[in-house]
Amino acid sequence: MNALEKGAAWLLGLAWVAPLLYAAWAAIHPAALATHFELLAPLTLDNFRKAWSYAPFARHFVNTVALVTMVLSAQLVICTLAAYAFARFDFAGRDVAFALVLVQLMVMPEVLIVENYRTMARLGLADTITGIGLPYMASAFGIFLLRQAFKTIPRELEDAARVEGCSTMGVLWRVYVPLARPTYLAYALVSVSYHWNNFLWPLIVTNSVKTRPLTVGLAIFGAPESGVDWAVISAGTLMAVAPLLVAFLVFQRQFMQSFMQAGIK
Amino acid sequence: MKHVQGWLLLLPAAILLVAFTHYPAAATLFDSFFSTGTAVRPSRFVGIANYAALADDPVFWQVLRNNAIFALATIPTSMALAMTMAAWVNGKLPARALVRMSYFTPTVLPMIAVANLWLFFYSPQIGLLDKITGAFGAPSHNWLGDPHTVMACLAVMTVWKEAGFFMIFYLAALQSLPPELAEAARIEGASRWYFFRRVTFPLLMPTTLFVLVNATLNSFKLVDHLFILTKGGPDNASNLLLYYIYQVAFSFFDTAYAATLTVVLLALLAGLAIAQFQLVERRVHYR
Repeated sequence: MNALEKGAAWLLGLAWVAPLLYAAWAAIHPAALATHFELLAPLTLDNFRKAWSYAPFARHFVNTVALVTMVLSAQLVICTLAAYAFARFDFAGRDVAFALVLVQLMVMPEVLIVENYRTMARLGLADTITGIGLPYMASAFGIFLLRQAFKTIPRELEDAARVEGCSTMGVLWRVYVPLARPTYLAYALVSVSYHWNNFLWPLIVTNSVKTRPLTVGLAIFGAPESGVDWAVISAGTLMAVAPLLVAFLVFQRQFMQSFMQAGIK
Repeated sequence: MKHVQGWLLLLPAAILLVAFTHYPAAATLFDSFFSTGTAVRPSRFVGIANYAALADDPVFWQVLRNNAIFALATIPTSMALAMTMAAWVNGKLPARALVRMSYFTPTVLPMIAVANLWLFFYSPQIGLLDKITGAFGAPSHNWLGDPHTVMACLAVMTVWKEAGFFMIFYLAALQSLPPELAEAARIEGASRWYFFRRVTFPLLMPTTLFVLVNATLNSFKLVDHLFILTKGGPDNASNLLLYYIYQVAFSFFDTAYAATLTVVLLALLAGLAIAQFQLVERRVHYR
């Protein structure tokens, strides 16, 4: 690799983080100076304070954390059971059922917004956090990933556990789940990032501060009609993305591997 | 016994999948043959009238065209960039972990936050883009408000958001290539460009096809930024199919027509899924 290419690679890297750096610059300077580059401009945390008070960020954070926790824990249970069935039980209609599960990989709930909203209204779950999470709890991707992980585990281990007196569920809990731990970790990262960032479906289901997650709150806050100035919007945006961004910076390698697995399936 | 156990384990997932994937898909198709019910006029069977209306709806054709333009403008560019990025961070680049991280960072941001950040670049007068063009003496321009420039602005932002995500697939593929190939090429005196064109690029073909299908699928689902930046405007110049469905259903309250539009979207997604499935099959045969 010659010097020119190295320079180009670095320059592109700089360009790729520039929007974030720019937002950070605007967020820590007084609004009047946000768009001017003066190296010695005074620093301030005022924009963060304003953003925090203009929009109910604390509530949005609580909602988002509740949402991702609920979705992930339900997914882990539901997908584990289904994946176990597909990997180790020879039941009638298994292949057809599996094909029907895979349909969800392509038709995510956000594509069927009209009907799913109707269902939520009928169930009395419109404008609830459960209503945001419910359509995602049986995740085809999770079932697929765990099924593959379970299939690679040698049957002899299961047989040995049976000899020791393990029941069907005992085998799942003592043999399959512990051995699939890396897959669980990868899946958890993808699921949390997806639901932390998801927007369209939560926007449709929620209509009050009590339930709106961060993305929806951020959209209302950042909309040009809201008339909030750029420095404050930058501060708010950075606050909303900070937890996931920090997690990514710390667990970089794990994040990239998980996202890749998610893509390849 | 095995049958009962198998189905019992599957039951919770099956109920949820039927309730939120299969039933709504079927109900959408069913609804597309009925009119939208109102308080005074209940919904009734109208045959293919909704589809006839769709064929006559200039906005429908425009959003379909926009989806195609959006896909053509973003996918090849971000894939080429992704391949270049992967080649760079796979080589002997100083501080390459840092560079790789910065390429990937936009992937973990929500599209809403991305739109918030970029909105400022594109705003007239105070925006960065206007300042740069202003420095060359160009007059102030409303980049997102002009039908001629709005799609290009959104495309640049989307490439920025997605290239790093595609990069990791190319990176994995590059790392799985046997190093003997590069060695042999060096001994034979092949130039780096020649080696890339005749060896690396063809070997990356399965990855390229795979990323292509996924990127196309994504391009139909990615509409979050429109809520912040343009609301599909000006005059539908940046409207996309899924956003139009949202507008028809939740702003115009025409649920039957929204269902008809959704059927089109489902058909497009199904076509792409079949393409993807065949690709996977072929990849299996390679091994």
